[in-house]
Order: sequence, then structure tokens, then C-alpha cells
Amino acid sequence: MSELSLNGIPIVDTFAEAFDVAGTAIVVTNDTAKWAMIAATTMTGFATSVIGCGAEAGIDAVLGPEETPDGRPGVRILLFGFEPNGLKEQLIKRVGQCILTCPGTACFAGVDGPNKIKLGGAIRYFGDGFAIAKRLPDASGKARRYWRIPVMDGEFLCEDSVRAVDGAVGGGNLLFLGRTHSETLIVAEAAVEAAKAVPGAILPFPGGIVRSGSKVGGRTKGMMASTNDAYCPTLKGRAGSALPADCGVVLEIVIDALTSQGVSDSMRAGLHAATEIGAKHGLIAVTAGNYGGNLGRHHYHLRDLLARDDVKTEG
Amino acid sequence: MSTLTLRETPPERLDFLNINPLALSRLSQAEAERLEVGTTRTGVRLGDCFSVSLDGSDTLTIAGGHERLDRVGASLSEGAIRVTGDVGQRLGEGMAGGSLTVTGHAGPYAGAGATGGTITVDGDAGDYAGGAVYAAKAGLDGATLIIRGTAGAHLGDRMRRGIILAGRAGAYAGSRMIAGTLAALAVGDHPGYGMRRGTLLLGSHGRLSPTFVETGTHDLVFLRLLGKTLAGLSAEHAALLDRPLRRYSGDLATIAKGEIWVAS
Repeated sequence: MSELSLNGIPIVDTFAEAFDVAGTAIVVTNDTAKWAMIAATTMTGFATSVIGCGAEAGIDAVLGPEETPDGRPGVRILLFGFEPNGLKEQLIKRVGQCILTCPGTACFAGVDGPNKIKLGGAIRYFGDGFAIAKRLPDASGKARRYWRIPVMDGEFLCEDSVRAVDGAVGGGNLLFLGRTHSETLIVAEAAVEAAKAVPGAILPFPGGIVRSGSKVGGRTKGMMASTNDAYCPTLKGRAGSALPADCGVVLEIVIDALTSQGVSDSMRAGLHAATEIGAKHGLIAVTAGNYGGNLGRHHYHLRDLLARDDVKTEG
Repeated sequence: MSTLTLRETPPERLDFLNINPLALSRLSQAEAERLEVGTTRTGVRLGDCFSVSLDGSDTLTIAGGHERLDRVGASLSEGAIRVTGDVGQRLGEGMAGGSLTVTGHAGPYAGAGATGGTITVDGDAGDYAGGAVYAAKAGLDGATLIIRGTAGAHLGDRMRRGIILAGRAGAYAGSRMIAGTLAALAVGDHPGYGMRRGTLLLGSHGRLSPTFVETGTHDLVFLRLLGKTLAGLSAEHAALLDRPLRRYSGDLATIAKGEIWVAS
């Protein structure tokens, strides 16, 4: 299958194909870490795939009080969309329905970038004319504008605008070919933990893992995507199957990041973490998904990720 | 550091609109001494009252201030001016950036229309500090004005943006305020009279206008942000937020989007 290997696990000499996306980050704070996480979890729900959900979102980091603008516990959320207008629409909807509604929350910009997205300035209309704008300098002296929207537990404070970055990438991925479901899940979980520890990268699928990898289009008219039949173990033996005979399950991790380097670092971390425990858990091989290289301009070759250097993780 | 040293009492009010480090850095000493600063037909020039020492730097010290020095720092957009002594009216009027410090007292209208930078008065300031001059649309408009002593009446009148900190202030602090933030340890009667928006943070105050209504005490995220901002400017003012605060909303005679926070 491959001449490449890492920690004794064969690595298919292929690449993950990823795409330019619009990306932003926000910081959600609350009086307690528990409620900050509740708000963040709610906002990032139903955000696994931009195709079906309108956005891909995830929790990038849990922040201590010393790391947030208002000195309360917080969570940094990343949100990605196909293009800036779609991202803006999703951001406003999700903050409006999940952050504004959550008791005690406040919302701040979580990243600097060239593209402005009006957030508090849009949500303020919920205040029905009673909202108050406030401009205060942050710790660096830069003036920031906030909206204070009266709500039933006091005020919802939301930064007037947030920033979208240039250079965000969505769709980095790794596929783990295993023997049993339970063992392969352990391998994929280890990869997720390592991959999501890279700052500025998220894995938007449930628990960071997707079992329904897709290909572009399908045999049914109108389908934008359909099951990745080449990696379905129940379709082994048919023409086009990419699985060896002893493969019983394939699990995939998908990575979005604010930078291309973030995707690369995250994939590298996931690849190494998976292969380190792979032999013990029946990992047969690691590969990556692509569309022949013609759709996405970012290609992450697995052979370039075998070296351990350049891995940047938190802590 | 360039220095202007006052040699004698100015014979008339002097206008320092065009005296700033950037302007002086482009001039020779002789040219600087010939700058007209008088406000009558006698044509007083800078060199008539000041010894001039220039080094082209972005810092200017005016050694020996006087209450007849008007519009000191009014054209400042970068660099620093430090006055040891008093200044006259309209200190830093329309200032766009940089740092302006007065070790003595300032006359009326300090910081009027200033859009950027920081103005610090170690002593007292006259009426309408941070307020709007005649026919102007707004008072302080984005700058930071710190008065460590006592400000006169109508502090921050029609201020639109920025931050004012004062030790004490007279009546009508924050009157007709359009927006912005004003904090003082104590003010006189009728704070926030006619204010539309904006925030007043007060240690104590005189009579409150009946067009303000108490909304109670609130633990708002905004106060945390304000506390962080004030902590970098004045520990004394930031400490006002350590105690429970009563909030008054008003002025109900206008659009009532203003607020007065008072330490309990």
C-alpha cells in the first residue's frame, strides 16, 4: 500500500486537499467557566459541515480570567464559512440565538484581521432602541466599541464588530484505517486530542471525528455530496474500493484553522498521536482525503508531516 | 527636548495654537523666536517673552507657565508638551494626539473638542473643562482629560467621546453630555443635567435632578471593562468601582440613555 511509515504504521503517500474559507474567532465570557462552556457548546452545535450547516465551528480554547477582556472565565470559538457574507450571517444568527440568550454571557472579538464583521452593531436592534454604545480602550490602548443591550438579567455586552482573517483553511483531514470500531475509535480520539491542542485549529465534527466521509456529488441527481464509497468497509471488494481486506472500519478527522500552518501543525500532531498508539490498537494505515487536487489549492502531503518538528501545541 | 523658558510676564494674552514640537522642529531658533503669538496689534512674538532652545525632538517643555498662555497644545497631534506652571483658556483645544501635561492650573475650556491624546492637569481647571466652546457641536471628542485637582462648573459639557477624570468638580458635571465617560470623586449639584447618553461615575454628588430615576445596583460586564480602563489612568477613580454602586438613568428630559453610577 505504501512505502511510508510512522511508528511502524503504514502511511499512504497521498495528500489532504483543503480549501480557502472565511474564518473568525470570538471570545465568550461568563461568570463561571461552566456557563461560558454552555454558551460556547450551544453556539457551536449543528456546525459540523459548511455544506449542510452553513458554517463549521468549534471551541478553540478555554480561557482563564486573566486571558479575557472582562476578567471572567471564557471560551474562544472559531467559526468558518464558505465566504465572508455567509460567515457574517451565521455569526449573527448563532450569537443572537445562543450567546445573547444565555444567562450572564458577554461576547468579544477573538482575533485581529483585515475584514470587519458587524456583530454587536447588528444584534443591538434586539435592544429596541434602548441599547447603549460604549467606546473604551483595551489593555493595549486601542479603542474598542461595545454595545450594551438591556436584557432580563441585566445587560448583554457585545463588541460592535469582530474581524475575519485572510488565509483561513478548511478541510484538512486524516483517515484512520482500523480493524475494529472500538479500537479505531481510541486511535482517532488520541489524534483529536493532539490535533485540537494546536492553537487556532478546530475539529468541527462530533468529538472531532467523522464516520461519514464524503465525496463530491453522487449518483442521485442534486446531491452535492455522498458517501465516500471507496472507504466504506461494507463495499470492500467492489471496483473502486481503497480498503485492504483486513480493514473493518475507517474514521476520519477534519481540521479547520485560521491559518494554513495551523492545519498543517494540527494534522501533524494528529498523525503522530495516532501512530504512536496505532500498533497496539490495530491501526492498519493512515491516509487522507482529496479530490484529485483540482478543487482545493491547499495540499497537505502526509510525507511532509512525518517529521516531528514544527509541532506547536498549547502549554 | 526643546525648551521655551518664560522670561517675563506676557504683556497680553498669547495664543500658542501654532506652538508644538512638530512645528518647531522645522524651524531655526531665529525663525521660532519670530513666531507671532500676540493677540493684539502690538505683534508680540515668541522671542519677546521666552528664551528659545530647540533640538528638533518631539518633546517640548514650557518652563514657567502663565494664565495668559491660551490654546497651549491646541494643535498637538504627536509628541509631548509639558508646562511647568499655569496655562490660560482652551488648553489642548482640538488636540488630536500626543501628551499634554500642565503642572499648575488651567483656565476654562481645557480639552474642548480634543479628539485624541491625553491631557493632564496636575492642579485645578476652570469651568467647562472638556466642554464645548461657543457654537461648537461638542466638547471633548475622544481624548482623555485628567484633572487631578478641582474642575469648575459644567465639566464635560456636551462631551461626545473620550474619558474625563477629575478629583472634584463643580455643578452641572456632564451637562448636556452626548456620550463618553466622566469619573469624579465628588461633584456639585445637578450632575448629568440634560445628558443624552454617556456614563458618569461619581464618588458623591450634590442635588440630583428629578429627571433621573434610580434603577438599583447591577453587576454589569461593562463595569469590569470600565474598571480596567480606569485602573490604567487613576487608581483612586478605579477604586470607586470596588464598592457597590447605585445606578441612575437619565436625563429623562432628553432621550435618557445616560447613566450616573454613584458609590453607595
